[in-house]
Amino acid sequence: MSTPETVAAGEQAVMNLKHGPRSQRVKDRLFRVAMLSCLAIAVITLAALLIQVAVKGAGSLNWDFIQNYGSSFPENAGIRAALLGTLWLMGVCAAFIIPIGVATAIYLEEYADNTRWYNLFIEVNIQNLAAVPSIIYGILGLAFLVRGPFGMGRVVLAGGLTLALLVLPVVIIAAREAIRAVPPSIREGSMALGATQWQTIWKQVLPAAIPGIATGVILALSRAIGETAPLILVGAPIFIAFDPTGLDSAFTVLPLQAFNWISQPQPEFKELAAAAILVLMGVLLLMNAVAIWLRNRYEQKW
Amino acid sequence: MAPGAPSLGATSRRWGEKAIRAGLFGAAAISVLTTIGILVALLRETISFFGEVGIDRFLFDGEWAPLFSPSQYGIWQLINGTFLITGIACLLAIPLGLGSAIYLSEYASPRVRRVFKPVLEVLVGVPTIIFGFFALTLVTPEILQAFLGLDVQIFNALAASIVMAIMILPTIASISEDAMSAVPQGLREGAFGMGASKLQVSTRVVFPAALSGIVAACVLGISRAIGETMIVLIAAGQQPNSGINPTEPFETIAAFIAATGKGDLPTGSTEYQTIFAAGTTLFFLTLIFNAIAIRFVRKYRQVYE
Repeated sequence: MSTPETVAAGEQAVMNLKHGPRSQRVKDRLFRVAMLSCLAIAVITLAALLIQVAVKGAGSLNWDFIQNYGSSFPENAGIRAALLGTLWLMGVCAAFIIPIGVATAIYLEEYADNTRWYNLFIEVNIQNLAAVPSIIYGILGLAFLVRGPFGMGRVVLAGGLTLALLVLPVVIIAAREAIRAVPPSIREGSMALGATQWQTIWKQVLPAAIPGIATGVILALSRAIGETAPLILVGAPIFIAFDPTGLDSAFTVLPLQAFNWISQPQPEFKELAAAAILVLMGVLLLMNAVAIWLRNRYEQKW
Repeated sequence: MAPGAPSLGATSRRWGEKAIRAGLFGAAAISVLTTIGILVALLRETISFFGEVGIDRFLFDGEWAPLFSPSQYGIWQLINGTFLITGIACLLAIPLGLGSAIYLSEYASPRVRRVFKPVLEVLVGVPTIIFGFFALTLVTPEILQAFLGLDVQIFNALAASIVMAIMILPTIASISEDAMSAVPQGLREGAFGMGASKLQVSTRVVFPAALSGIVAACVLGISRAIGETMIVLIAAGQQPNSGINPTEPFETIAAFIAATGKGDLPTGSTEYQTIFAAGTTLFFLTLIFNAIAIRFVRKYRQVYE
C-alpha cells in the first residue's frame, strides 16, 4: 500500500497542515522579512542619528565646556549659563505642574460627575491641549507672559510657566491613570471607617498613587527639558554670559544654546552644538532611567 | 428611613471638604483657562491683522513676504510648505511605522518585544533639535549630496522631510503596535484554525481589527509633523516657496512663527501680528486633524470582551 508516491503525498499534506502550501510559505517568509526590515530601518536610522551626535560632540565635551559661558570664540565657549537656565526652568515648571496637575487629576477622578457638561468639557479640553503644537504655547507665552497683561519680559518665570502649561496635560493624564489604578475597595474601606472623602484621598489614595504620579512628572519634565520652539519666542534672543539669579533673570537653556550654535556658519560651532545636545541627552537618559526604576520599584499589583 | 433610626449622613456641614472640592475644581479650570488664553492671544491680534491687511490678501496674495516692501501676505505659500514636508514625511513614516508595528506585534518573540517596545517609547521623547541637527549636518551633505549625488541645496525640504519621518516613526509604530496587540488572541486562533497563514492573519484579520487605533496613530503622527518647528527651521531654509520641488528651500507655518518671533518686533506692528495670524492658521489646521482622528476612532472602534 505505502508506495513512495503515497508517502511523499502524505508528507506534503502534513507540511501543508503545518505551514500552508508552498506559495503561501514563500509569501509569508517575504512578508516577515519586509516587516523586519521596516523595524531594522527605523532602529538603524535612529541609532545612526544618536551615534552621529555622540561622535561629533565627544571631542568638545570636557570640564571647561561645562564651566564656561557662551562665547563668540568656539574654543572658549561653554554651556554654564544654559545648564543653570535649564535647572531654573525645570524648578519653576515642577513647582507649577505638580500641585496643579495632581489637583486636576484628583478632581477629575474622585469628584467630577461625568454626566455634567462642564466636567466633560474639561476632559475633552485636556485631550485637545495635549495635541496643540508647542510653538503655539510659545505664542501664548509671548502674548501674555513676556508682553501684554503680565509683561514680565523674556525671563525665567515666563519660560518656566510656558513650559509648565505645555506639559501640564501629560502630568494630568499620567496622574489620572495612577489614581484610577488604586482599587475602589481601598476607598470604601477608608470611608466605612468614617473617614471623609478628602481624608480618604489624602491618606489612602494619594500615597498609593505616588509612584505613578512621580513617573508622570519626570516624563513631563523630560519633555519640557528638550523643548526648543516655544522658548525661541519666550527665551533670551542673545548670548547670555551670566548665571541666572532669580525668577526675573534673563536666561538661555541647553536646546536653545544648541540651536544658536547650529545657526552659526562655522563648523566649530556645529561641534559645540553636538556637545550641548550630548549633555542634554545625558540628562534625559538619566531622567528616563529614574522614571523606569520608580515604576518597577514601587509599582503595586492589587 | 425607619423612625428613630440613627442618621447615617454627615453630622456636620463639612465646610472644609467643600472648600477642598472647590480648590480642586479651580486647578482643573486652569486647563480651560489655558485654552481660552491661547484663543484670545491668537484671535485678538489676528483680527486686528485682518483689519489692517484684509483677509482677502491673507488668503489670495501670491507670496508670503511680510517683512519685505511692498509686503505680501499669502499664507498659501506657508501652507504649501507645511503640507509638502508633512506629506513626504508621512509617505516614508507610515509604511515603515506600520511595518515595524506588525513585526513587533505579530512576528517578534516576547523577548524582542520587551526590548524594542520601551526603546520606541523613549525615542518618542527625543528632543527635536537633535533631528534638526541631524538633517543639516548629516542627511543633506553626507547622504543626499555625497552618497546619493542629488542636486540639493544646503537648505532643502527633502532632508527636513526625511528626518521628520524618522521623528514621527516611533509615535506611529508604538501606538499602532498597542492597537494590534489589543486585538484578542481568539480572532487570530480562529483564522489559523481555518488554515490562514501568518501573512493572511496579519493583513486581513489583525490589521482591519486594529484599524481605528492605526488611523489614530497616523493622524497623531501627521499632526506632530504639521506642528514641528525645529527641524524645518534648521534644515529647510526659511524661504516661502509655492513649488513642489523638495530639493529647494521651503518654509512652514511653524518655522515662520519661530523665525519671526525670535527678534524683538514692536508689539502691535503688522510684522508682530503676522506671527499670530500664522499661529491661528496652524492651530486650526491641527485642530481639524485631531477632530478627524477622534471621530474616526469613535466610529470604527471595535470593543472586544
